[in-house]
Amino acid sequence: MTAQIKVDNLHKYFGKLEVLKGINIEIFKGEVVCVIGPSGSGKSTFLRCLNRLEEPTEGDISVDGKIITNKDANINKIRTNIGMVFQQFNLFPHLSVKKNIMMAPLELKLKTTEQAENKALELLKRVGLLDKADVMPRQLSGGQQQRVAIARALAMEPAIMLFDEPTSALDPEMVGEVLSVMKELASMGMTMVVVTHEMGFAKDAADRVLFMDEGIIMEEAPPSEMFTNPKNPRTIEFLNKVLSA
Amino acid sequence: MNLGKVFSEVSPLLFKGVQVTLEVTILSLLIAFMLGLVLSLMGLSKTPLRWISKIYVGIIRGTPLMVQVFYLYFAIPQLLQFLGFDVRFTSFTAGLITLTLNASAYMSEIFRGAILAVNSGQMEAARSLGLSRGQAMRKVILPQAMRICLPSLVNQFIITLKDSSIISVIGFADIMYQAKIYVGRSMQAFATYTWVAIFYLVVITILTQIAKIVERKVQI
Repeated sequence: MTAQIKVDNLHKYFGKLEVLKGINIEIFKGEVVCVIGPSGSGKSTFLRCLNRLEEPTEGDISVDGKIITNKDANINKIRTNIGMVFQQFNLFPHLSVKKNIMMAPLELKLKTTEQAENKALELLKRVGLLDKADVMPRQLSGGQQQRVAIARALAMEPAIMLFDEPTSALDPEMVGEVLSVMKELASMGMTMVVVTHEMGFAKDAADRVLFMDEGIIMEEAPPSEMFTNPKNPRTIEFLNKVLSA
Repeated sequence: MNLGKVFSEVSPLLFKGVQVTLEVTILSLLIAFMLGLVLSLMGLSKTPLRWISKIYVGIIRGTPLMVQVFYLYFAIPQLLQFLGFDVRFTSFTAGLITLTLNASAYMSEIFRGAILAVNSGQMEAARSLGLSRGQAMRKVILPQAMRICLPSLVNQFIITLKDSSIISVIGFADIMYQAKIYVGRSMQAFATYTWVAIFYLVVITILTQIAKIVERKVQI
């Protein structure tokens, strides 16, 4: 089996600060990978390098065998295949829910207006927000906004979805509704890379958990092993802190 | 000092002047809007284009409007003549160009501020969907920036409207020019300029109210 995402010796500097210190990982098609670790460990930076929202300083990333870190790679084309969901939702506040979802497929001329609208409604139904199609984002709760953001990313029909702490900005009672949409997505075979603090989600939905600290992957294991029998002392320390909380 | 008599004599002149004033103001603002937008995008780009924008804004902001009018109306034609071109601007053209240059420089700063005020997550979200920088700017950033800067744009509109009175110095037949002619003829300075002030006040108040309604309509 060849990897769908292959990261080779990835380094990232912000000025003189080295945030990623050599990441190597292969992620396979349909795999759900959760990235956990303390804040400042480089998890989000790593995720954002995968669609080049951050430019890697050194190293290669390839998706479906194509190296996307080349200067002449068509990054806009590549991104249409990699959806991303942000901590702060980042819905477009000037567009209705439906138009948020339709915008990119229309602007990139991948669908006709009718096709884009049908797809938007289908996706809204999937995330349980069909009745909100015509409202503006500010009228939605955080959980609803995040579900729309997931639908918006799915409208491009990506093969890979990246989640950057998708539930961290949510009120506790809204975390569940977003996670359940993500679980459904995982069960449908989407390749997912999820930076999260939700250990419960990682336990239930992940095929593999990566523990990152100080800019490297300190440990990787299936969740059953990671959460019951962690090897690295840093992992043990971290899990003790978050699981006892 | 007969306000009533002066009003009946001067108001037809002022109405004529208002028309010219609005004409030159609106026309210059329309051009300045596009020019200002281009300048702001140039100013925000990471290419050497941004220096052109910064120098332009610096020169326009750093010189008085009155000097600019004289420069365009008297100085530039002389230079062109010296170079062998017989070009003369009418006072309307010279006034229009000056107001446009002025307003575009200020508007580019207004746009720049508004674009920077849009949350950076908006650009990231648009880019993550596969939109190019330009597409994201057009579909996501600018529509939001326009709403943010609408009050400042209205303000610029009023400033330009008032600034246009300065170009009466080159014989541009706006409200101010008409008033000066009338005062020269009738010596009724107090009554005439009181009416001029009221004319400006009424026009600007009406425009401000319209702008407020528009502002409420496009709020996000």
